[in-house]
Amino acid sequence: MSEPVTMLETPIKIEYEFTAGLAQSRYLKGISEGKFLGQRCPKCTKVYVPPRGSCPTDGVPTTDEVELGNTGIVTTYCVVNVPFQGQSIEIPYICAQILLDGANIAFMGLIQEVPTAEIRMGMRVEAVWVDKKDLGPTMASVKYFRPSGEPDAAYETFSEYL
Amino acid sequence: MAQRTAVIGVGQTYHRSKREDVSIAGLVREAAQRALEDAQMDWADIDAVVIGKAPDMFEGVVMPELYLAPALGAVGKPMIRVHTAGSVGGSTALVAAHLVASGTHERVLTVAFEKQSDSDAMWALSIPQPFSAPLLAGAGGYFAPIIRAYMRRSGAPDHIGIMVAVKDRKQALKNPYAHLHIEDISFEMVRDSIMLWDPVRYLETCPSSDGAAAMVLASEAVADRSSSGTPPAWIHGMAMRSEPTMFAGRDQVNPKAGQECAADVYRQAGITEPRREIDVAEVYVPFSWYEPMWLENLGFCAEGDGWKLTDAGATALDGGDIPWNCSGGVLSTNPIGASGMLRFLEAAMQVRGQAGEHQVETVRRSLGQAYGGGSQFFAMWVLGADKP
Repeated sequence: MSEPVTMLETPIKIEYEFTAGLAQSRYLKGISEGKFLGQRCPKCTKVYVPPRGSCPTDGVPTTDEVELGNTGIVTTYCVVNVPFQGQSIEIPYICAQILLDGANIAFMGLIQEVPTAEIRMGMRVEAVWVDKKDLGPTMASVKYFRPSGEPDAAYETFSEYL
Repeated sequence: MAQRTAVIGVGQTYHRSKREDVSIAGLVREAAQRALEDAQMDWADIDAVVIGKAPDMFEGVVMPELYLAPALGAVGKPMIRVHTAGSVGGSTALVAAHLVASGTHERVLTVAFEKQSDSDAMWALSIPQPFSAPLLAGAGGYFAPIIRAYMRRSGAPDHIGIMVAVKDRKQALKNPYAHLHIEDISFEMVRDSIMLWDPVRYLETCPSSDGAAAMVLASEAVADRSSSGTPPAWIHGMAMRSEPTMFAGRDQVNPKAGQECAADVYRQAGITEPRREIDVAEVYVPFSWYEPMWLENLGFCAEGDGWKLTDAGATALDGGDIPWNCSGGVLSTNPIGASGMLRFLEAAMQVRGQAGEHQVETVRRSLGQAYGGGSQFFAMWVLGADKP
């Protein structure tokens, strides 16, 4: 007599269309042109990148578009050393919170071209983009960030973004 | 709060990495049945059911509450589903408590669960999106940078996280329901375990568990007449708070929503010095470093001092003045949706004197706390042996 069946694996798949909305469409359009576009809150003057179209603190539309630079600060990070389904980057890799110059909120980015043991809070980094012909409205257009060679930022200059 | 409300029954499953002997329905029923037995009640005595779990994408069963109604005796009764990510077990208990406190119902069954062996939480938490890089490696990848920020801000030494991991696993050895029973757990074993999300080591993270938790909440009239041999645990304060996951200037290490949630609960319970007035706490610590972080967030000490309490052994069941997670906590048992409710339930067990080997002597008041998402959801209650 064969073993009774107690579990059945049935892979499923859901395909969906993502509607980015006005603010993120602008952002992704900027990305496809090789630049980071943020939006400033008219009330608190904080610059959001990626913009979501409104300020979570003041609840007003973020109407002013701001073009940000290609450099920023690693505010904090972790070294990912765990494999998971769908992973596209070789482990170990550095996953960092990056505060772009001129922005008031950090976003997550991959850091390369630096040994994992040498990454540190406050390191200055710059974005490395894919070739111009391969740019598109997706974060895959930014290959990764790498050290810019500038001196580290002092902790006090980014501690409020942690 | 309007009506006095009490926990008069608790139940949980034996938590394991794979409960292949039961379906999700069997899992929730097992916990609910134990809670009813503890309350000396039958399914027919229950007025309403409140159920919670982590996002449906985990197990891939959409709105599972619909099919679980018969297993929970909820057919023809009001049934409410609660959604607040990892804090959901706590929020679910609070929704149930409000149904009693508001005078809507007299006896409410509340249940929370996760069957992680049916799911892939790591995958579900790492879905690629067009506006962010596909880097997030599960919850650890999200929280590890925040932990690093805490270490930098407080100047805490590296061994604090290891200490919490050892303490909670040792305490789990006294809890027969706990998932992890690592008999030879030691400082060296944790220290030498692999760095998964540097600075977080493998043994500094929670396991993936199958499990469920359940409680029966009752009005004062019902609790006073209860034939259960165990005294009720009275709710002295309860609150939920949330804040946006991302906003400029957000303190991710010590979120304001958590501080304000604690302040509200303490105000309701008349607590001004939590460390002195609370005898035992069950707090959501899925990564070891969250113990010192929440010690500060919950006002057990000044900001920056949390790690010093851990370092001094203040939070240990053995000899500490404010034992935290005597059950072994989330670090020893993590059926995600149920993890928050287990904190609330263990807080009740301590007040009712039913925690067995991990019971703290003379508990007048206990705290249960849960958090979830990107630390944007908080739920807490303070229970007492006396009526509020």
